[in-house]
Amino acid sequence: MTIASLIATPSELTDNASSKTAIVLMTRIRLARNVAGQPFPGWAKPAQRSQILESCSLAVGATAPMKRSLTVGVSELTELEKQILVERHLISRELSSSTQGSGVVISRDQSFSVMVNEEDHLRIQVLRSGFQLKKAWNAINELDSALEEHLDYAFSPQLGYLTACPTNLGTALRGSAMMHLPALVIAGQMEKIVRAVNQLGMVVRGLFGEGSDASGSIFQISNQTTLGETEEEIIKRLQSVLQSIIEHELNAREKLLEGDSGKLFDKIGRAYGILQNGHLLSSGEAMNLLSLIRLGVDLGVFSDGYRSVIDRLFIEAQPGHLQYARKGEFEPNQRDLLRAERLRSEFANLVRPDFTLTANRKN
Amino acid sequence: MNNPLKCDFCAKPATVHLTQIVNNKVHKVDLCEECAQTKGVTDPSGFSLADLLLKASLSPEAAPASGVRCEQCGFTQADFKKFGRFGCPACYGAFKGMLDPLLEGMHKGTTHLGKIPQAALDRKSLHDRLSKLELDLTEAIKSERYEEAARYRDEISQVKQAFAPRSEA
Repeated sequence: MTIASLIATPSELTDNASSKTAIVLMTRIRLARNVAGQPFPGWAKPAQRSQILESCSLAVGATAPMKRSLTVGVSELTELEKQILVERHLISRELSSSTQGSGVVISRDQSFSVMVNEEDHLRIQVLRSGFQLKKAWNAINELDSALEEHLDYAFSPQLGYLTACPTNLGTALRGSAMMHLPALVIAGQMEKIVRAVNQLGMVVRGLFGEGSDASGSIFQISNQTTLGETEEEIIKRLQSVLQSIIEHELNAREKLLEGDSGKLFDKIGRAYGILQNGHLLSSGEAMNLLSLIRLGVDLGVFSDGYRSVIDRLFIEAQPGHLQYARKGEFEPNQRDLLRAERLRSEFANLVRPDFTLTANRKN
Repeated sequence: MNNPLKCDFCAKPATVHLTQIVNNKVHKVDLCEECAQTKGVTDPSGFSLADLLLKASLSPEAAPASGVRCEQCGFTQADFKKFGRFGCPACYGAFKGMLDPLLEGMHKGTTHLGKIPQAALDRKSLHDRLSKLELDLTEAIKSERYEEAARYRDEISQVKQAFAPRSEA
């Protein structure tokens, strides 16, 4: 499989967004693993890195879930291809900026990806659309066990899986959910939520991880600690935190509808107008408008079918995807033109918002 | 300085830099915002840098903290302070003394309770057993203890059989 055909293949994220859950866009779990007796990637010599890359890529490609997968070295990828993989959450920014001796194995449906020689020898990831922590854990646990047949992991009975950074020791598991929280943002409650979530040992980040902004009111919530609990306990804890954030978001939506529905409907109506008629849209603005339409779908203002269109556009309106679709590299202002054009055509047939049902529901 | 300072507790860039003089000794600590929050550094009441330092065993500046070195990969404690990451799996043994107090503040517990790579561990213990038996066998033959040698040979073939189903896969 080539990178071009992988990008063209329907993927878990861009084509499977049948998410019935209104608020959780996708669920992700990653496990960090290292090979026993070998220096971690950051400290390994170039020859050791290449050797690890080769043996690990082979082992990963040989497992059942990775049949017909793509194995590629980072140095073989163009800038645009790397950007696409980052935008699809299949590789990290850190991996995309590394030069020699790192690579990635990606399953055909793009629900699994294994980065080799990122911070650890292996970063195994599973990705599922919607809120599916348990399913994601079962899937990644299976892949991990299959890999264990071929690789001797660095493991200590006391400290668990040994990782380059001690913050990942133990289970080396990070579960996360991408959450769409527009009402909490509009109501100015996000800061309070972030603080409460931190106190429960969870972290809140933007859409593309550490240091990224939360455009589109999309936040990534994940566990902070990895040692001293079983995988199931971590997932259960994360699950209950996510559940309570969902409830807060739903409450905030109710409050907005009760208190100032005019203001909320105005935002959604304007987003509809701009997406259908705008000619220059930056990626940040597009994210925020799409976010409002998604909120509209959740509130019954637009038909349910549009939720998956929007989830796909959250990714396809990113700079890498936009340029790849047009087979070229474009300046940011040209991209804004292309983006607006793309969104105008996607939303040309979206039926006018119907606020009556939503407005009447509260009475 | 070329390398931005990393937080003493996690690998993030340090934005909070504290210096305190306790008993005529200068203590310095670099923290990221998050750790500064959770360690209560930003809370002016009742925060003692000494406690934090004691816990992190990041002894006063002058102390020769760089003495420890990983035999396996050559990584030093100074390297850890610089990168916030270790050099190889064996570093966890080499820097145990420094690490143990750090872990307490970092995680829910200090003992692994999760998944165990049983297949890999079984394979390793079989390997270890096999090489030990082979060594014993050579020794036994050398010193002409043939009865023992025969027993070792039997055991070796048993262990090899235990390997067989997996190596077919």
